[in-house]
Amino acid sequence: MAKILLQRLQETFGDAIVECGSCQGDEWARVPRDRWHEIAKFLHDDARCQCDYFVDLSAVDDPERPSADGGRFEVYLIVYSITKKHRIRLKTRLTDESPKVATLSDVWKGANWAERECWDMFGVEFQGHPDLRRILMYEEFEGHPLRKDYPANRTQPLMPYREGTHDKLGPFFQDEGMPLNRSPREDERPS
Amino acid sequence: MGDVRVVGGTDSGFVSTKFEALLGWARKFSLFQYPFVTACCGMEFMATAGPKYDIARFGAEAPRFSPRQSDLLWVVGTVSQRQAPALKRIYEQMLEPKWVMSFGTCASCGGFYDNYASVPGIDKIIPVDVYIPGCPPRPEAVLDGLMLLMDKIGRGDKTPAVLKNTELPEGASESLQKLMQIRMKQPA
Repeated sequence: MAKILLQRLQETFGDAIVECGSCQGDEWARVPRDRWHEIAKFLHDDARCQCDYFVDLSAVDDPERPSADGGRFEVYLIVYSITKKHRIRLKTRLTDESPKVATLSDVWKGANWAERECWDMFGVEFQGHPDLRRILMYEEFEGHPLRKDYPANRTQPLMPYREGTHDKLGPFFQDEGMPLNRSPREDERPS
Repeated sequence: MGDVRVVGGTDSGFVSTKFEALLGWARKFSLFQYPFVTACCGMEFMATAGPKYDIARFGAEAPRFSPRQSDLLWVVGTVSQRQAPALKRIYEQMLEPKWVMSFGTCASCGGFYDNYASVPGIDKIIPVDVYIPGCPPRPEAVLDGLMLLMDKIGRGDKTPAVLKNTELPEGASESLQKLMQIRMKQPA
């Protein structure tokens, strides 16, 4: 159904489309990082594509992907055309050393907050973004929690905990009936 | 820590103990709640406040959405790290005497969340009087917890308590089966 999109992309950009395909009815294309903005803008502006509805933008972190395959982060963009009723996924791969890619917030306004979320969760920097700061986590938080090397259960309490309480274990008394089956994290066992 | 029981009031004089009892009775049947509702447990909170599992019959129906006017803080649902300062501030703005009920497992102990974003139990931030486990707890369990809290208020008891399962009374299972059979019109 969205084969027209892949066809237009290949006509216009040719070898810049590194890889493309169709997965269970959804078309996708992978492009190099430096052509990201240009190709996305083409999808928005071209008369036969007219992808005017921004659906989602985020990243996938796979630290075991060999750098020959492009790198650790893969930023994906899903856009839809309300008039033409077709949808496409656009992907690009970024390395860990400089996870930077151009912003799409000038093409679609909806990309603004999605890029902020991607920055907050993965640390992918969007160059040219008007206001790149954390959106889900608080400013004092250090690190990017959805990266695979961030331990998922590591808390950084914004409010210091009360005395007598430990992280992840309650101050329940021994006879109060709640079994404490939580396994303490390796780096912070209660004393 | 388990053997320390804090019971309010003095133990001298007939009039003062009766006065404390009167005060406890008055407080427990006129709780003004502040529903600090964040997540799915709010659905069960609404169900408990609805006509079927009425909390109005305990005198606890009036929600006051200002901490200055309420004395019972219901923390309903998961509290995230980002929300923790707000919760602490609300608690600090409440006037004494005040009580806190943690509704659901996310508020009691973090629930099934063991991650970077949620506080593993609000007792890390504010002292809690009754913990009601459940995900979400049935309205009957909530009422049980409320009754437990009211009992504690009446006695001036400030030890925290966790709601436990109550045993069914004798013969309850037979009568329940009979009811089910009548309901489904099956022969006994």
